[in-house]
Amino acid sequence: MSYSDKPSSRPNWRNAYGAPVLIGALSLSGLASALLFGKIGSCFAWIGVGSPIIVVCYVLIAKFCRAR
Amino acid sequence: MKARSVRIWTIVHRWSSLVSTIFLLLLCVTGLPLIFHHEIDQLLGYAPTPRAISVGRQKATVDEIARAALAANPGKVLQYIAWDKDEPDIVTTYVNDVADGKPDDAIVQDFDAHSAELLGPVGTGPMLAVLKLHTDLFAGKPGKLFLGGMGLLFMIAIVSGVVLYWPFTRRLNFATIRERQSSRIRWLDWHNLLGVITIVWAVVVGATGVINTWAEPMLDTWRARELASMVAPYAGRPAPAHLASLDKIVGNARNIAPGLEVAFIAFPGTPFTSSHHFAAFMRGDRPLTSRLLKPILLDGETAEIASTRDLPFYLKALFLSQPLHFGDYGGMPLKIIWAVLDGFTIAVIGSGLYLYLARWRRTCGRRVHLHVEARAAAAE
Repeated sequence: MSYSDKPSSRPNWRNAYGAPVLIGALSLSGLASALLFGKIGSCFAWIGVGSPIIVVCYVLIAKFCRAR
Repeated sequence: MKARSVRIWTIVHRWSSLVSTIFLLLLCVTGLPLIFHHEIDQLLGYAPTPRAISVGRQKATVDEIARAALAANPGKVLQYIAWDKDEPDIVTTYVNDVADGKPDDAIVQDFDAHSAELLGPVGTGPMLAVLKLHTDLFAGKPGKLFLGGMGLLFMIAIVSGVVLYWPFTRRLNFATIRERQSSRIRWLDWHNLLGVITIVWAVVVGATGVINTWAEPMLDTWRARELASMVAPYAGRPAPAHLASLDKIVGNARNIAPGLEVAFIAFPGTPFTSSHHFAAFMRGDRPLTSRLLKPILLDGETAEIASTRDLPFYLKALFLSQPLHFGDYGGMPLKIIWAVLDGFTIAVIGSGLYLYLARWRRTCGRRVHLHVEARAAAAE
């Protein structure tokens, strides 16, 4: 994941949908793991389902660092 | 993607979102405290807690619990007795005026599993009003089905949003927020980012919410098909003259389904069984099997096993969809994550509304400007 305002030169499916598909897969496996695998599954669910929160934290931290 | 396709998908996305906006915001806002309803009820004193002194003592019999429930509610009849797998020291009873009384008329109370002492009423706090608003807008079945329709519009908005993500972000790196651009562009970027990273969660929560709105029709279908065929051999049997011991009911149900525990028993005449039978709904001890109930019918007078069979696929889907909607199956961290993702969804809906209004204002402004110019030109 690169953080830049600049448009990338060529439209690219992988660029646009790659990260969302990865986050979607993590979320889905997290949602299922807590249901199927008890305590260990719950721990994985926190990471998998929480992956969108990690992305937002990354964007906010990057914004804060650039502002400084 | 062709310009015409983008225009069509934009119209689908705009109107499927706009029509459902207010209701989706209501669902998200009321859903937020409902994620923590147990904690809020405890904080406000509406969640009975077992007596510390009785924990560890031998448990009271089911018959003792039933007698305590009837003594606490003279003139009423028992409908259900339930055991929460997460609260082993509490037994919940449902009493009503008649066995097939309306769910809204039922008195739900918790009893201490050891001393059979009444702990207090369940679901009477302010969270009950929030729950009613969230599930049916205080409008019963029509309200539920209406919110289900709004959920379907939400699904259409998500699918069209995924399609539109490409033309709007294809030249940008993932998670780009164009800080130097206008506030409308910044909000568009946040809308796209928050929307695309929460797609799977939003689809799961939205779709399971829609399934939950169909719970009553599903249960009606189960009663009309499965339950009717289970009790068909006993057609014409009168209501039990005297009820069998509840401990015998629980014991026999456990014997026929080893490894399963009783989730709740339904008394003869209630909507979940026949007028002559008890129904024991059994659950497993694993995260998945604890959600899938197995009904066992037992004779109301002798407690003998009458019939048992697995639930049909649609009820399994319903029971599995509930934790995926409530987010209550992965401990407090998952509840907090659920709440944050709910907040993201509120931001996506709110920013979508802002983007529509900003665009509408700009279009109106341009029209007025053109109109003024045309009139000036005509005057000249």
